[in-house]
Amino acid sequence: MTGRKVLMNFEVTPTSHTLEAYLARGGYQALAKALGTMKPGEVTQEIVNSGLQGRGGAAFPAGRKWQVIDPHDGQPHYLIANADEGEPGTFKDRWVLEHSPHTLLESMLIASYALGVRNSFIYIRGEFDLPWRRIHAAVEEAYAAGYFGKHILGSGFACDVYVFRGAGAYVCGEASSLLSSIEGSRGYPRNRPPRLTVKGLFQRPTVVNNVETLSNLSWIIGHGAAAFREIGTAKSPGTRLISISGHINRPGVYEVELGYPWAKFLHDDCGGIPHGRELKALIPGGISSQVLTGADAKVLTPHDVETLSLDHDVLRQAGSSLGSGGMIAIAEGTCMVSLLRVMLRFYHHESCGQCTPCREGMGWLHRIIDRILAGAGRPEDVDLLYRISKANDGTTICGLGDAAGYATAAMLDRFRDEFDYCIEHKRSKYDGNLECLPFS
Amino acid sequence: MRHLIPEFEALKARLPPGENGVLVLPCLRRIQEDRGYIADSDIAELAEYLGVPSIQLEEVLSFYTMLRRKPIGRFHLQVCHNVTCSMRGAERLVGQLEQRLGIKTGQTTTDGTFTLNRVECLGSCGTAPVVMVNERYHELQDSGSLDALLEELKQQ
Repeated sequence: MTGRKVLMNFEVTPTSHTLEAYLARGGYQALAKALGTMKPGEVTQEIVNSGLQGRGGAAFPAGRKWQVIDPHDGQPHYLIANADEGEPGTFKDRWVLEHSPHTLLESMLIASYALGVRNSFIYIRGEFDLPWRRIHAAVEEAYAAGYFGKHILGSGFACDVYVFRGAGAYVCGEASSLLSSIEGSRGYPRNRPPRLTVKGLFQRPTVVNNVETLSNLSWIIGHGAAAFREIGTAKSPGTRLISISGHINRPGVYEVELGYPWAKFLHDDCGGIPHGRELKALIPGGISSQVLTGADAKVLTPHDVETLSLDHDVLRQAGSSLGSGGMIAIAEGTCMVSLLRVMLRFYHHESCGQCTPCREGMGWLHRIIDRILAGAGRPEDVDLLYRISKANDGTTICGLGDAAGYATAAMLDRFRDEFDYCIEHKRSKYDGNLECLPFS
Repeated sequence: MRHLIPEFEALKARLPPGENGVLVLPCLRRIQEDRGYIADSDIAELAEYLGVPSIQLEEVLSFYTMLRRKPIGRFHLQVCHNVTCSMRGAERLVGQLEQRLGIKTGQTTTDGTFTLNRVECLGSCGTAPVVMVNERYHELQDSGSLDALLEELKQQ
């Protein structure tokens, strides 16, 4: 067990995602409570009090984002659930969409009521198949039962939702790029200021929250902010959905109470590394979070279990972040040069092309790493990789450009010897291996 | 695309009024689902229907990887080659498919049955490696299951 639960608090069965099952476990009662007994401002205050932080990557306090919006200022406001889950290693929002879609819908209704939203969207990544079918079916169920449309639960509150399918672009997970995409343009990120809560979709105040962030709302309104604060740590209340993959015996999505012992999670809950291998490295929150070595992560020594836990502050102190919750375990024997090549190929492919340092830089990085692995690396190449990565820092419109640079630099910092070896010996120290194989 | 206009009109019920741009991606996806790709005539007709410049549609089409302007094979095989899938054997799957189908990544078999592509992270890391066939995910693939999948598709 991985601590107390907010989202994964029911048994998954072939029908547990339906409206009927959701109502049977108390669904839509928090919405009734909000509409019947609370003013919009009180709902927002409750979210502020809960200390809920964004679960998409930046961990920004959700309530503070909302407080910028005045629900009574007479103009349209929009709410977007960001379901463009595309950060490699991340597949947690998929769990919500597939298994608990009504938790998201009820939470979006509560948020729409608080923010004065008439039209809301779920921006779901274009490739998603089952998650799309499940959320689409749930929306139809909710409309048929009168949870969307006009006079919701007999009140004066009206709200619509539209499930908007992307069409294949990593950058659209970035909030402003997502809005450009909904508006029918290329998914180009926008400069801030103005903030999206001031000028967002169609130039109107807009809140974009991650699926998991929003999905906490029905629990918080149902049980109260104080009860939510009892879960997790003082600075990071609640839980995180961690999707773990790579060289791990039991990959999957786990709801982990913030502050849960990390080693226990990896070795007991997730079953440790296959074939009895040691953990070489760990990417804690999607490939754009900075890689940790086994030693940094301190997950190898049992006596550290007491001191190291999974929460935002601990990860920050370790020089990384819990990011999108997309954890990738990497076993000994893996070639980190090849791993970085896969990452750079991805960043090169996905750069939207707006900003020169990212558009050109990612291509340069990709070509340099290709030549290193092909045995044609030059002595100055590692310095060149560093220089190009750092050129992205603060020079791109969106945060994805910076993050790609930091992630690259962290790989170089922590596994420098492998890059030097590959250049000097004209071959990978681990023969380019990426798989976790049994000892031969 | 004109026969799809009643469907497009129906979408407007749950969308903010007066914002036609929001229909661009949903319409393009629907046209591609219908025809298999987006033809030049679709661009002209959709631009007229939505009242947006056709260059806007061209820009969108060249930006999003899932939209295409040419027909492809009946079965579109897309193998994720991102971090976790690579760590669990994706490269071997790509090699196996190239060998079995006698084509390279990016090509279509001469009988027009299969098109093979590599794709970036599909969010299926916990069930890696994943191969997408048209709209459907086929997760936890290995050499044996991939051969069985190919046989099944050939029977269809």
